[in-house]
Amino acid sequence: MSSGTLFDKVWELHKVAKLPGGSTQLFVGLHLIHEVTSPQAFAALEEKSFPVRCPDQTIATVDHIVPTTNQERPFEDPLAEEMLSTLERNCKKHGIKLHGIGSGSQGIVHVIAPELGLTQPGMTVACGDSHTSTHGAFGAIAFGIGTSQVRDVLASQTLAMNKLKVRQIWIDGELNEGVYSKDLILHVIRELGVKGGVGYAYEFAGPAIEKLSMEERMTICNMAIEGGARCGYINPDQTTFEYLKGKAKAPSEESWQQALNWWKGLVSSPDSIFDDVVKFDASKIPPTVTWGITPGQGIGINESLPIPESLEPSERQIAEEAYRYMGLKPGSGIEGVSVDVCFIGSCTNGRLSDLHAAAKIAQGRKVAQGVKAFVVPGSEQVAREAEQEGLDKVFRGAGFEWREPGCSMCLAMNPDRLEGRQISASSSNRNFKGRQGSSSGRTLLMSPAMVAAAAITGQVTDVRSLIKQEKESTEKLKNE
Amino acid sequence: MNNPIPNFPKGAISEIIGTAISLRGNDIDTDRIIPARFLKCVNFDALGSQVFDDDRKELNGLHPFDLKENQNASILVVNGNFGCGSSREHAPQALMRWGINAVIGQSFAEIFFGNCLALGIPCFTTSKQEIEEIQKSIESNTGIELLLNLKNQTLKSKKSTWQLEIDPGAKQMLTSGQWDATNQLISNSNSIDQIAKKLPYINGFKSKDSLNDLT
Repeated sequence: MSSGTLFDKVWELHKVAKLPGGSTQLFVGLHLIHEVTSPQAFAALEEKSFPVRCPDQTIATVDHIVPTTNQERPFEDPLAEEMLSTLERNCKKHGIKLHGIGSGSQGIVHVIAPELGLTQPGMTVACGDSHTSTHGAFGAIAFGIGTSQVRDVLASQTLAMNKLKVRQIWIDGELNEGVYSKDLILHVIRELGVKGGVGYAYEFAGPAIEKLSMEERMTICNMAIEGGARCGYINPDQTTFEYLKGKAKAPSEESWQQALNWWKGLVSSPDSIFDDVVKFDASKIPPTVTWGITPGQGIGINESLPIPESLEPSERQIAEEAYRYMGLKPGSGIEGVSVDVCFIGSCTNGRLSDLHAAAKIAQGRKVAQGVKAFVVPGSEQVAREAEQEGLDKVFRGAGFEWREPGCSMCLAMNPDRLEGRQISASSSNRNFKGRQGSSSGRTLLMSPAMVAAAAITGQVTDVRSLIKQEKESTEKLKNE
Repeated sequence: MNNPIPNFPKGAISEIIGTAISLRGNDIDTDRIIPARFLKCVNFDALGSQVFDDDRKELNGLHPFDLKENQNASILVVNGNFGCGSSREHAPQALMRWGINAVIGQSFAEIFFGNCLALGIPCFTTSKQEIEEIQKSIESNTGIELLLNLKNQTLKSKKSTWQLEIDPGAKQMLTSGQWDATNQLISNSNSIDQIAKKLPYINGFKSKDSLNDLT
């Protein structure tokens, strides 16, 4: 059993009671809600005539269903309109702050809470969304819940939960140029499997993790759930504190020192005991792309696709199913596979630094003919900042569409979707069958820079070759 | 939907009697159980008929949920990591509204397991070999009636008995009827307040006492 870790400390601080049967009643410090998983919870609450216990600890936004082209109300899709107006009604009735469209702070729930400074070290964060693990990047214990649990949190600000084991994922070294935190987490999931993390919280640590920015850390923790770990976290450090300082909802100047002291005391102790430790070397990780129908089916850009017979028997069946669905050939390369649609955005990779990385590749180039490429900022704030820097012009100039914030084609609960057997290069988090809105649509997950590279060439491309090209031409210009 | 009026779990659950469906495959995610387009709703009512919609269309009538002999089944038998991916409770809701009252598998994704528990649907596990045996038995004896006993953790047919596993906490909640946790959580109101008072971030990092407690 783990001890001394941040997870253990935060768990202890939030324990309300031991429930009959052995599970723990855990206090939830920050409850985030959105339009998809909350309406039934509010309805259940009203059926029992329970009030919302802590409306101030509950924050709402709308993200999954919003169109990214025309956000005028009422929405064209009456179901989407009904979902948003239900959320508006519920928030108003129960006194919950809603970051709605046009408020300046609307966006994907896992993008806005950090950028507003709502997510802080040492909190417990719950949301009816599996990618709630994102908030662990701040040293919070954050996890996704279902609608019945949303109801429980609304009613009691607590939920029943079993304590998780803690696995430390130690990453030595440093990521090479052209390799991003998305590649790192895709690599980890590839190695540990999509169910390797079931029953665990993942603590990401080590020199490679310490060097990452907050946004890069969010990408890592966001996808912990794709490795089966309901919760992933990173110990807070100077990078965390600097990110938080001055954010709207972060502790004020007067209480900053006290907050800092408390946060520092929560970091995993040097003598922490983990249930398991796994080590990786960041410098050996290549740009990584998924080829199959689970996020664990990834390979390095220069590798060839696995031969099912060479795989563990437990992975063979899903590999064969993936080959049937994807129409790819065992033993062939992933580089050079043609793509139809390129999507940059989502709670995994829809933040400003993600757009920087993609814009750097798009700058001065053109999207390949026949490829539909679009960029969806993760929030109104990300959109505003990107536009101030002129990133929208860079993308538009290169032939990308520049959209309004939302979840977009990550899960196709809005008009953005694949058609037929289209294949997408996507900076999102799931490549499940049908995930992007067409029951035969195919998804290749990769970093935003790799998506931009695929958009330019029309096929899966090693982004490092474009970076090299760029460098050579700058060099040439200098010499002339 | 198969059952015109499916039986939703209620109160203490001691046993589930009925026929079973074998659904093969590892890593069946919640997007497959209920595709995202069906999440555009403000209640769960319509989900029963939409369960596995894409997979069923692809198999054109041959999906286990479409086979005639599986209609009216109440026990679902699956393989590894069932219910991975999205946290959508719509997935177990869709299964329940189709008529499923219990799931037996090699392993389950955690959020899916919790969502099932909150609906009063037990998720039992057993070894890969046993699952294979159970699935074969169901597939070769269509319409065979099974008895799932929660207390003994057994699945019984006329010929065989399989020993199953379940988290003891979950078992206790199901057999006592406390799986509908809201009332119990609210009943600890004073303890909830006490914890909230101690957490410095809830109180704007103002209380000195709480800081001493916590570091």
